[in-house]
Amino acid sequence: MTLEAHRVSWRRGGTLVIDDVTLCPLPGSTVGLLGPNGSGKSSLLRLLQGVSAPDTGRITLDGADLTSVRRRHVARTVATVTQHAETEVDILVRDVVRLGRTPYRSLFGGDTADDARAIDRALAHVGLTDKADRLWRTLSGGERQRAHIARALAQEPTELLLDEPTNHLDIRHQLELLALVADLPVTAIVALHDLNLAATFCDSVLVLQDGRAVAGGSPRDVLTPELIGDVYGVRARVAEDAVTGRSHVLFDPTPL
Amino acid sequence: MTRGRPLPRAVLGLVLGLLGLVAIVLSVGVAVTLGPADVSLVNVRDILLNHLALTDIPVRVSEDAIVWQERLPRALVAAACGAGLGLSGVILQSLLRNPLADPFVLGVSSGASTGAVLVGVLGIGGGAIGLSGGAFIGALAAFGFVLLLARFSSAGTAGVILAGVASTQLFSALTSLVVFAFADSDETRGVMFWLLGSLEGMRWDDVALSSGVVTAGALVCLVWARSLDAFAFGEDVAASLGIHVGRTRLILLIVTALLTATLVSIAGAIGFVGLVLPHAARLLFGQRHSRVIPATIVLGAVFMVWVDAASRVVFAPTPLPVGVGTALVGVPVFVLLLLRNKGRGRA
Repeated sequence: MTLEAHRVSWRRGGTLVIDDVTLCPLPGSTVGLLGPNGSGKSSLLRLLQGVSAPDTGRITLDGADLTSVRRRHVARTVATVTQHAETEVDILVRDVVRLGRTPYRSLFGGDTADDARAIDRALAHVGLTDKADRLWRTLSGGERQRAHIARALAQEPTELLLDEPTNHLDIRHQLELLALVADLPVTAIVALHDLNLAATFCDSVLVLQDGRAVAGGSPRDVLTPELIGDVYGVRARVAEDAVTGRSHVLFDPTPL
Repeated sequence: MTRGRPLPRAVLGLVLGLLGLVAIVLSVGVAVTLGPADVSLVNVRDILLNHLALTDIPVRVSEDAIVWQERLPRALVAAACGAGLGLSGVILQSLLRNPLADPFVLGVSSGASTGAVLVGVLGIGGGAIGLSGGAFIGALAAFGFVLLLARFSSAGTAGVILAGVASTQLFSALTSLVVFAFADSDETRGVMFWLLGSLEGMRWDDVALSSGVVTAGALVCLVWARSLDAFAFGEDVAASLGIHVGRTRLILLIVTALLTATLVSIAGAIGFVGLVLPHAARLLFGQRHSRVIPATIVLGAVFMVWVDAASRVVFAPTPLPVGVGTALVGVPVFVLLLLRNKGRGRA
């Protein structure tokens, strides 16, 4: 399965939030969506998810126009972890993960053996098996984010969209979460603020500015002091880690 | 994708459903024996057999009239109201993600009172549409107003709730205006009926209408139960799970509005049931809507039948307004459930 955006533009409330963006991720890779606040990361994820349609251009799932695919079928292939997905409902962690089976449900049938297996596997994958019978509100922020990823995995997707999944997590949980995502056997498209996390975990990155794609490619090639200065308006140096060969971005607080 | 065998939960669900039905039937059966004139359970059974199975067991004519013409229709309408208002409440609370939502959150009850006032006080409709008809039309007008307002707001579910508040205020003001300007004291009392709710003088056509509408509404809502589960984390997550959010919201809003409008036009705006019974069902049976919806229907029906019976009996011969009874009995029960749940949450 491949989920691709071809020259999409989207006008939302009079402003052009996505302007002629193309994104064709390599199957199984982890793609970072970078850019400052309001650059269009979340909007692009909404289009890829199929909950909103672009004004021009096409989002395709295996070559078929996403708007022509039934929503249930999209949800069996494309899973999303949104920002701020919270609930006041007293729901068990297992039942949160179970929501991921919604696109597979028949009208009145109960849980099938397939459902039970997918739920158990998803819980095990994110390391929440022993907390499956806890109430959602008793989980920490990192555990909640992992539960959402388990819910997404229970959808058995081939494409996983994540909108700033590391928000509000401490550094250890940020690293654990992205390592988990990068190891998943899915194509992951992750909106990220932290350039070093992107450099560490992403196979490729797409940089957005005012809805336009201004750079794309491997983090090593894309994350240069010039680009960071142009897009984020901050002074930065980029160093190469002698051990891993990965880029590290160091910021300088003096204005450009 | 291969499908596994359904777990035996489905069988358990069927058994629980049957138990619920038995509980409703038993409650109605016992409730009709209660009242100023005591009728024994055996006589009630004989009267029912005479009417339903066309047997010819000798019973007293006065008892037959009391049970078949008064108490039974009343108890059945009570059951339908409890079930239907509970159902509307549970749907709206989940859909709008607001634990304070109740069947009247969309302004339906104030619309009904406006409609009743326009017919009863100003004589609009020339007698062709009774008070009930006026109430029903008023309720739908209020709901239409809500949909229209919500359509022009981009605030999603919050927009629906705000539109409901606006609608409630507008139609209450219209009612007050008409009553203040034109009504005498008798007419004012008639209007109060729609504001407080009453199960006096229910007839068999009321039973047919209310139970028919509640059954249809329950079937539609059970079909959408799965989709409602997906709303727990909001509309974006529901959409990502393959739910048609806009369509689901519109259908369920229309169903609950029709349901509530019908029940209000029959028995007035009986408070408390639709707000609290869904919470009781959730506390007892968890959050899955495939369980909560049937549980709320059964609890609502049984609760309403008993409260109505009590409000007939306790201050006999003066009947207590049924809305007063629902609150007086329901609040302590609800407090107990809350305390129990708090203990469990800490453990």
